[in-house]
Amino acid sequence: MSLNGKPLVSIISAGMSKFGKHDGLLAREIFSEAAHEAFSRCPKLDPRSNIKALFIGHMGEAYEHQGHMGAAAADWAGLTGIPATRTESACASSGAALRAGIYATMSGLADVVMVGGVEKMTHRTTTEVTEYLAMASDYPFEQWHGITFPALFAMMATAHMHEYKTTEQQMALVAVKNHYHGSLNPKAHMQKEISLENVLTSRYVSWPLKLYDCSLITDGASCIILSKPELAHKYSDNPVHIIGSGQASDSIGLYERKSLTSLNATKLAVKTAYEMANAKPEDINLAEVHDCFTIAELMAYEDLDFCSKGKSGALIESGETRLGGRIPVNTSGGLKAKGHPVGATGTAQAYEMYLQLTEQAGKRQVKNAKMGLTHNVGGSGATAAVHIYRREN
Amino acid sequence: MSTSEPFTIEQFYKFLKQQKLMAGRCLKCGKIHLPPRPLCDNCFSQNFEWINVSGKGKLLTYTVISVAPQQFQALTPYAVGIVQLENGLKIPGMIQSLKQEQLRIGMELTFDFGTCSTTQAWPQWQRYCFKQ
Repeated sequence: MSLNGKPLVSIISAGMSKFGKHDGLLAREIFSEAAHEAFSRCPKLDPRSNIKALFIGHMGEAYEHQGHMGAAAADWAGLTGIPATRTESACASSGAALRAGIYATMSGLADVVMVGGVEKMTHRTTTEVTEYLAMASDYPFEQWHGITFPALFAMMATAHMHEYKTTEQQMALVAVKNHYHGSLNPKAHMQKEISLENVLTSRYVSWPLKLYDCSLITDGASCIILSKPELAHKYSDNPVHIIGSGQASDSIGLYERKSLTSLNATKLAVKTAYEMANAKPEDINLAEVHDCFTIAELMAYEDLDFCSKGKSGALIESGETRLGGRIPVNTSGGLKAKGHPVGATGTAQAYEMYLQLTEQAGKRQVKNAKMGLTHNVGGSGATAAVHIYRREN
Repeated sequence: MSTSEPFTIEQFYKFLKQQKLMAGRCLKCGKIHLPPRPLCDNCFSQNFEWINVSGKGKLLTYTVISVAPQQFQALTPYAVGIVQLENGLKIPGMIQSLKQEQLRIGMELTFDFGTCSTTQAWPQWQRYCFKQ
């Protein structure tokens, strides 16, 4: 479906909690912080009468012994009564919520929809979190045999290093860049720069991936409010338009995939999104990509066509994906430094895009950015959601 | 070969207990499934037969895990990989008794049926592995 870049939906507001460690708060309480910001930014919106549905990404019941997050989040956002549904696609849960919100809005069943995501993780031990995150992978052949989540991406890294001579240093440069960007984001979990040496001397989690190649265990919530494009100006003077949306799936087990050095779900999703937006990779001024591990950002450069296959190591070395470069990637700090409260990540990427395309990104503002892309991956790549955003003028 | 046992993952593991590495072959389109599945993802047929699969293969990729869930923590560091068997099918698992320096993409490995030492009600699946 090509809509020639016409808006599918418009973002009229957005909110995000501080990402980090929220001792003593439950997921629903953190979500209320994100919802409050979104409501405050949009005074013309009456949340209770105008918002017609909520879709919320949330990965794990295990963290708080709490399922049914759709109703819980609506309740704590003061929206009880509306249809509220949890979407679960592992780390792409709120990318899928965004997609569901677009379905709902374009279907005509709801003219204003809130989509968001939340996860509360830091009260659990690293061992527990490792086990819960692994649930996004195949149980009978991966988890059962002790294959962890980092191990799946580590196996992709090993294959990429073998096939394209990608190095541990090139992967480390992703971490250094994203921590630099995180240092400019007051809501990021980690706001300190790190050196290449910090990354390269950190201990191995799953060879060749080290501690600093991995994203963070973080608490956080995010949301955006969507409207039909023709209603955008009723609520906002400065809406951002979503002009492309793609979501795709792949085999749940990494071992069944055709390629170990790219994510086919990403390639399918971005192809759909580029076609719908009538856009090319060269049109994209900035991107938030799914850097759950540094190798995942490098593979994303290739799968999203920011560079050709096997050239992502050279792209990170060139500095073109750093703030000030040709196509800054993960200006928020990414999952690596902003943090990765899994269910919240997809709409946190959309939140960053909203700030950037409305010139509200402060020290990390990308100048003259007109079009941006977000890329959210679930599990080891069995889900991918890609969205393309355009500023008003 | 037999067509009576269900084409399920549970049955795949039951065969492993009998020291048999088995896959399902679709009787309509011929596609071989490892693990077996009850609906062919190529032609949507539900008719299969069991076939024996060679346990010889080559290592496609690997990692060495240092941080593991509780039940595997005592084994760290341990190697896991994805092995492509002689008939082209791929299967992941632990690699026994090899250090990181000894692992190479393309090296030949053999399927080992392993054991099932779990006392939990479900699942009771063999912990197979690969050996040089």
